[in-house]
Amino acid sequence: MQPFKTHTGIVAPLQRENVDTDQIIPKQFLKRTERTGYGDFLFFDWRYDGNGRPNAQFSLNQPAYRRATILLAGKNFGCGSSREHAVWALRDYGFRAVIASSFADIFSTNCVKNGIVPVALSPVAVVEFMARAFTGSFSLKIDLEQCTVAAQDGFVCSFQMDPFQRACLLEGTDEIGATLKCLKQIEDYEKSRHTFLNRPVVDNF
Amino acid sequence: MAARSMFEKIWDTHTVTAGPQGSSLVYIDLHLLHEVTSPQAFEGLRLAGRKLRRPGLSFATLDHNVPTSVDRMIISDVLAHSQVEALRKNCAEFGVLLFDLDSPDQGIVHVIGPELGLTQPGMTIVCGDSHTSTHGAFGALAFGIGTSEVEHVMATQCLLQKKPKTMIVKFSGGLGPGVTAKDMILGLIAKIGVDGAAGHVIEYAGDTIRDLSMESRMTICNMSIEAGARAGMIGPDEITFSYLKHRRFAPVSSRWEEAKDYWRQLNSDEGATFDVTVEINCAALAPFVTWGTNPAMATPVTERVPDPERAASDSARNSMARALEYMGLRPGTPMEDIPVDRVFIGSCTNARLEDIRAAARVIKGYRISNRVQAMVVPGSQRVKQAAEQEGLNRIFLEAGFEWREPGCSMCLGMNPDRLNPQERCASTSNRNFEGRQGAGGRTHLVSPAMAAAAAITGRFTDIRGWRYKE
Repeated sequence: MQPFKTHTGIVAPLQRENVDTDQIIPKQFLKRTERTGYGDFLFFDWRYDGNGRPNAQFSLNQPAYRRATILLAGKNFGCGSSREHAVWALRDYGFRAVIASSFADIFSTNCVKNGIVPVALSPVAVVEFMARAFTGSFSLKIDLEQCTVAAQDGFVCSFQMDPFQRACLLEGTDEIGATLKCLKQIEDYEKSRHTFLNRPVVDNF
Repeated sequence: MAARSMFEKIWDTHTVTAGPQGSSLVYIDLHLLHEVTSPQAFEGLRLAGRKLRRPGLSFATLDHNVPTSVDRMIISDVLAHSQVEALRKNCAEFGVLLFDLDSPDQGIVHVIGPELGLTQPGMTIVCGDSHTSTHGAFGALAFGIGTSEVEHVMATQCLLQKKPKTMIVKFSGGLGPGVTAKDMILGLIAKIGVDGAAGHVIEYAGDTIRDLSMESRMTICNMSIEAGARAGMIGPDEITFSYLKHRRFAPVSSRWEEAKDYWRQLNSDEGATFDVTVEINCAALAPFVTWGTNPAMATPVTERVPDPERAASDSARNSMARALEYMGLRPGTPMEDIPVDRVFIGSCTNARLEDIRAAARVIKGYRISNRVQAMVVPGSQRVKQAAEQEGLNRIFLEAGFEWREPGCSMCLGMNPDRLNPQERCASTSNRNFEGRQGAGGRTHLVSPAMAAAAAITGRFTDIRGWRYKE
């Protein structure tokens, strides 16, 4: 996975709370067996009308946000279904980070596994940046080493992130590879367990 | 040792070692798979040249995208078909037991896990599906994961996790007639919000929980994710044990006694502490109906559609107004005046035998409204078969319902079962998100009995006044 240190990009405002993963990628696009190819379907029901024409009201369809790489939204972003396709769609579309006042747990984990940075800012900061983003092309710099988000005019706010998630993003960790280095401990654990728990489920075939 | 909660006990016994940066390497006892969130994970293993480390702890079924019509063995949707074929091929290649469409054990993954006795107290259980929280009803730590984590479990039988916080929800007082587990969980979510339990594992406790069947406990744990919780769980007791006894994968003979001794010790110790406590008086609960586009937008059926002008904040007002516009509802409309076009009885929330019995009892002797199209999708082949043995299918068919084959169906509309734009549905499922049951469709979440009553009268109806024709 590509490590993430800093990123500067245009901010697309999505002034909604509790954006669920059904909105980020509707169910009809979950039938692919690949990890890529979802970008065109991001926010499909909001981006397009019933006849497949772009909805001019939706921010991603407006010229100012065409090249946006940072998405800005209200609290509890990514709630609902665990579908990682939501993160794949954001990534394929070109987003590198999502800023919101809070994130749903599974979504935030899925982001980290794909190198997308979930930045949780205070509601006040989100409102401030939302107002600026609505004025047109507005960019922010996200610095994951310093844990800051900075506007070009010098306005800076800091954020907190779980240290493990931050380390994974900074290093682009291959988590499976890292865990497999603990294989001996996993095997010892399996041997040391209570005999009942250690019983493989398939014993009763 | 200090008093520990059930969650802490299970966490402690499953921690293999401390991981980096305050995380823990947690062992997973049971991994459930389905066709939609697994193909990329299997492919990841293949590309990295890795093995499925413990195929015997992984079980798969087909549920999310499969048709529910009787002729479903041939799937005409090319993409859905290729996903189904991919799971078949992957299970054969990696040695995973698959409950295929022709298996008597096929069904919704969260219905068949408990039914087969795969789900047991004290286990850690994961699946690439957010409603994995269902299995917590047995005193297991069960949670949904994304596909990258599915691959991690496949390769290592472990997950790197940050320890969640804990919340206890105490339900007390007797439920009134017609008030169900669905109303308890909708009442909780309406109270704490769709992110009210974010970052927390909920333990549901109190005398009302103790009196519930396993089916009802599963309904409650199932919707924990709709309050944002990492997981939901209920301490195991005699009701849990009698449900599990003689299930296909449940322990037998001397191991059964050993297991029960172990399971009993799992319950939270006296004096265990929780980060958050919530109390709900069940005697005050009424049957709930959702009016908006998330599960917290719910109100007793006796109430009216709320007015955004009375919202506490600008953001709440905007969310409400947007939801009402999508739902095609006007503030102040009595919930009982809202007409429905479709009724869906199904999903991992409410498609077990108890749910189907409750709905059948309501419709017995009635015909569905002329304006309504209604369907029952049993949660599994076993549920379907048991219901048919009791003659419940005939009650539904005579009333004008469709009686379908098992699957997730119109809970998420990945298969052909979908709402048309603007169609309004009384649904026993778990999510009323925009477009969840079909683009433009309008979902109202209710209990099985409330869904059944809406099918008969053609509008939402307080089940507490129902005239049952026994």
